[in-house]
Amino acid sequence: MKMTGAQILCESLVREGVEVVFGFPGGAVLPLYDTLPQYPQLRHILVRHEQGAAHAADGYARVTGKVGVCFATSGPGATNLVTGIANAHLDSIPMVAITGQVARQYIGKDGFQEVDIIGITVPITKHNSMVYKADDLAKAVKEAFHIARTGRPGPVLIDIPKDVFEEQANFNYPAQVNLTGYHPVMEADPLQLEKAAKLINEAKRPVIIAGHGVIISGAYKDLRELAEKSQIPVVNTLLGIGCFPESHVLSFGMLGMHGMAYANMAVDASDLIIAIGMRFDDRATSNVSGFARGAYVIHIDIDPAEIGKNLKVTVPVVGDAQAVLEELNKKVESQSRIDWVQQIEQWRQLYPTTRVRETEDLLPQYVIRQIYEVTEGKATIVTGVGQHQMWSAHHYWYDKPNSFVSSGGLGTMGFELPAAIGAKVGLPDDIVWAICGDGGFQMTIQELGTMVQDNIGVKIAIMNNGYLGMVRQWQELFYKGRYVATPLSNPDFIKVAEAYGIPAVRVESKMEVIPAIKTAIDTPGPFLIDFRIEPEENVYPMVAPGTNIGEIIKDPKCDDIALPGKQRL
Amino acid sequence: MAAIKHTLSALVEDKPGVLNRVSSLILRRGFNIMSIAVGRSEIPGLSRMVIVVDGTNTAVDQVRKQLVKIVRVVKVTDISDESIVSRELALIKVKSTPETQSEIIQIATDVFRAHVVDINPESIMVEVSGDDDKVNSLIELFRGFGIIEVARTGLIAITRGTLGPLWRQESEQS
Repeated sequence: MKMTGAQILCESLVREGVEVVFGFPGGAVLPLYDTLPQYPQLRHILVRHEQGAAHAADGYARVTGKVGVCFATSGPGATNLVTGIANAHLDSIPMVAITGQVARQYIGKDGFQEVDIIGITVPITKHNSMVYKADDLAKAVKEAFHIARTGRPGPVLIDIPKDVFEEQANFNYPAQVNLTGYHPVMEADPLQLEKAAKLINEAKRPVIIAGHGVIISGAYKDLRELAEKSQIPVVNTLLGIGCFPESHVLSFGMLGMHGMAYANMAVDASDLIIAIGMRFDDRATSNVSGFARGAYVIHIDIDPAEIGKNLKVTVPVVGDAQAVLEELNKKVESQSRIDWVQQIEQWRQLYPTTRVRETEDLLPQYVIRQIYEVTEGKATIVTGVGQHQMWSAHHYWYDKPNSFVSSGGLGTMGFELPAAIGAKVGLPDDIVWAICGDGGFQMTIQELGTMVQDNIGVKIAIMNNGYLGMVRQWQELFYKGRYVATPLSNPDFIKVAEAYGIPAVRVESKMEVIPAIKTAIDTPGPFLIDFRIEPEENVYPMVAPGTNIGEIIKDPKCDDIALPGKQRL
Repeated sequence: MAAIKHTLSALVEDKPGVLNRVSSLILRRGFNIMSIAVGRSEIPGLSRMVIVVDGTNTAVDQVRKQLVKIVRVVKVTDISDESIVSRELALIKVKSTPETQSEIIQIATDVFRAHVVDINPESIMVEVSGDDDKVNSLIELFRGFGIIEVARTGLIAITRGTLGPLWRQESEQS
């Protein structure tokens, strides 16, 4: 049966199980948009900027585990996707981006809205391709989804010239893909597993560092079994939040630049690091040459190129975290490491690091804690990048995977609003909170329009301190307090929200916090709260960039008396 | 660890843009490409790319692993420590006068077993093949006469013996 390229694309998306597409039309993709009404199974959500489409697809993919899909037109449409694609690439998010291209006869002529998006996205995609014939479209889509979701997931871009959307071809959806050069390793080498198990069984002070890979591969149960069976303390990376219940007695929170002191100290004092689905990013390790100097390192990752990239590894284990841990658990002995666990627990008591000062000021930490209390820890928290991100990581308790959605590797300000839209579309029955900074919020503020048009009930909490807060904090600590270009003149966010038709309240004191959060949750649809927080509040603990992970800067505003940190539930 | 010259042999799909993907990846990871040569291989649909880069063993291994991640790249082997035959072809146009002409021809043909491929009253073009040391030496010798133009193919190399690198079992992990 003959179909147009646009119909072939839509039919292929349906075959791949796509239910929602985030996009923005334009000249080169008009034939595709013209065809969309024939496929009511494909819900299209109109964003206000293509960056929002890519972030929304990203947020959707994170919470559902499905492939996020976005559409954009050629030229500026395609380049506007770039930040969102790069973000998905660094955080290993399965995404398929479809871009229109000028018609074949104009390619290479600098035609209107022509840009070499394939060339531009080579370094930030797992794979990309231009489809020159409608005949090749089905195969290209099949391959794109396969590549995006298997192995180490990532974004794939397909660029389609306008006339290819219009060209007629036969539709044959391939049953399987056959890519000569693409064979992700899933099962680990038994010899390496043997070596890893031996190291674990012999270790006195092992620490598991659990990363995003645990969530991506769905290895929660296997991770928990390993930790419990062998009594190994677990710390996690920022994107690993939720892969191991934070309320678990073996959980010692996040490590790294803004990690818990006791997590960093545990890693520093360990004799064995079992790194699972994490990549020793400099925000996690700080000075890598001073990182866990006394420890052997077992590195489990599906991407062989991650192993040995940043840190010398004793035992490399290439494979899917779930498959690897399942096998490893058979070889690891049950044992008690009570002294070691108690040692870290003692550090946790001595160096509590997520305390909230007793004050009448409106502290962001207090706000996040109240969001936790009111939602009983059941919300999905989506953050951008900066202080609000770290406060959200510190002061909300995450016991289930994917309940914390954040831009890790790329550190994209403005990620939160569109990603929260994607998350809410993926989890319509869940409460989704976009925790925003006032700076990042204004980077994608236009997506409020998307929320209203499609009635996507994201609850928005702006941590409004009138600064680009994290940059200001660095200026305070490392640039002698010269606040260059960080004070921020903000619009009246309440009026902005109301202009979009979103109900909103401003909160300026502690006593207003809980009622505002409750009102937000009880009000159907989107809701915005502008929290006027203490302007110069900093994120602590902190490890200064370039120093060793054990050299922790404590909050100078807190005295040394141990105040309660993050409590066991 | 000292930076040393590494020769990587890559089998890649014969598709548009592969050379760009490979070279931009090496560039982005901070490596200096000393030479890159690509042409059809013995397998239909696959090309062989020979890449010479400068770096420590660990760093070059990282490049190799990153290259393998490119979907269009089928296999990458570091053949630096193998027994290999490597060649480069160069065309060198050198200034000549009636007095120097015979000397140039003698150096080229007798010493370097190169071929003279074009002569006119003021210049001679020589074709030479060999490893890059040999090509470099000839170019150095010709500098004295005045080099007008040089074109080099970049190094190509394959391993000695009956098995090609595609068929060899190799641990991708270490």
